[in-house]
Amino acid sequence: MEGILSANDQIASQNRQLLDQHGIRMINLMASPGSGKTSLILRTIEALRGRVRIGVIEGDIASSIDADRVAARAVPVVQINTGGQCHLDATMVSRALTRLPLEDLDVILVENVGNLVCPVDFHLGEGLNVVITSVPEGDDKPYKYPAMFLAVDAIVINKLDLLPYVHFDADSFCKLTTGMNHDVRIFRVSCETGHGIAEWAKWIAQQRQPWVKKGQGVA
Amino acid sequence: MHELSITQHVLDIVMMHAQRAGARRVTRIDLVVGELTGFVDESIQFYMDMLTPGTRAAGAKLAIQRISTRVRCRACGQEFHPQGAQWACPACAAPGGEILCGREFRVESIEVE
Repeated sequence: MEGILSANDQIASQNRQLLDQHGIRMINLMASPGSGKTSLILRTIEALRGRVRIGVIEGDIASSIDADRVAARAVPVVQINTGGQCHLDATMVSRALTRLPLEDLDVILVENVGNLVCPVDFHLGEGLNVVITSVPEGDDKPYKYPAMFLAVDAIVINKLDLLPYVHFDADSFCKLTTGMNHDVRIFRVSCETGHGIAEWAKWIAQQRQPWVKKGQGVA
Repeated sequence: MHELSITQHVLDIVMMHAQRAGARRVTRIDLVVGELTGFVDESIQFYMDMLTPGTRAAGAKLAIQRISTRVRCRACGQEFHPQGAQWACPACAAPGGEILCGREFRVESIEVE
């Protein structure tokens, strides 16, 4: 009897060890295409500028459009092009980590490939998993993709500014997802207006590994 | 979508164990796949047929045991099988609950000769 993803899991735990040694928390951001992953990353960078040193790994099937947008904010960023693969895996992330200045980072935000199915099965070495869902996608996503909503530590509901125009019952969405995933944190944000970003950014800042002081080992 | 790389992982595990056992041929591969994983039986079989010719696992029978999702209600303890939009407890209507099974994804056993 052997877990089929054990080879990936092994590399993921090596990534995790490397990050732990550097006192870095890696956060895996998953979502469907167009839900606002890159916009949320840009908002988070701005909200925490000067307080939390953020690095970014951008996963896309092709192109470097997202990485270029992040690099414009003067933040270390590595683009991974999966060449058709629908998710990031631990090996791709381990290569990306060699290209980031780990000594100078507190948090790495990983933008996974836009997809609510596959990324959830492939651990990367992350400390936290987050799914971003947006109001126009509808409030039934947890029914259709239960594995995703069960696997995450936090859910970000984005595009809240569109609530007057589309049907999205935020309260029943929250009731369902907390029923499915008891301890999940839910953030209601609009990357367009900035609504809710402060609370989300505060939570990200709290995810740093405060007990490790850079260059001094465990305090 | 990613069954090609997944099937390759399955075969890596199968070949390793077949080699350890000194087997000439793998005749059967038993997988256990939970309902909550994103893996499709037909796709695994499709890639198996593509990847195995010329290997020890050529012609091996692939048997996939599907595990249904079971949830235990946090409010009343009732166990149930959530389906589609039915994630509420059938006994007390509380939404969701603790996942008991459905996330399995493993090579259970292989038969060799």
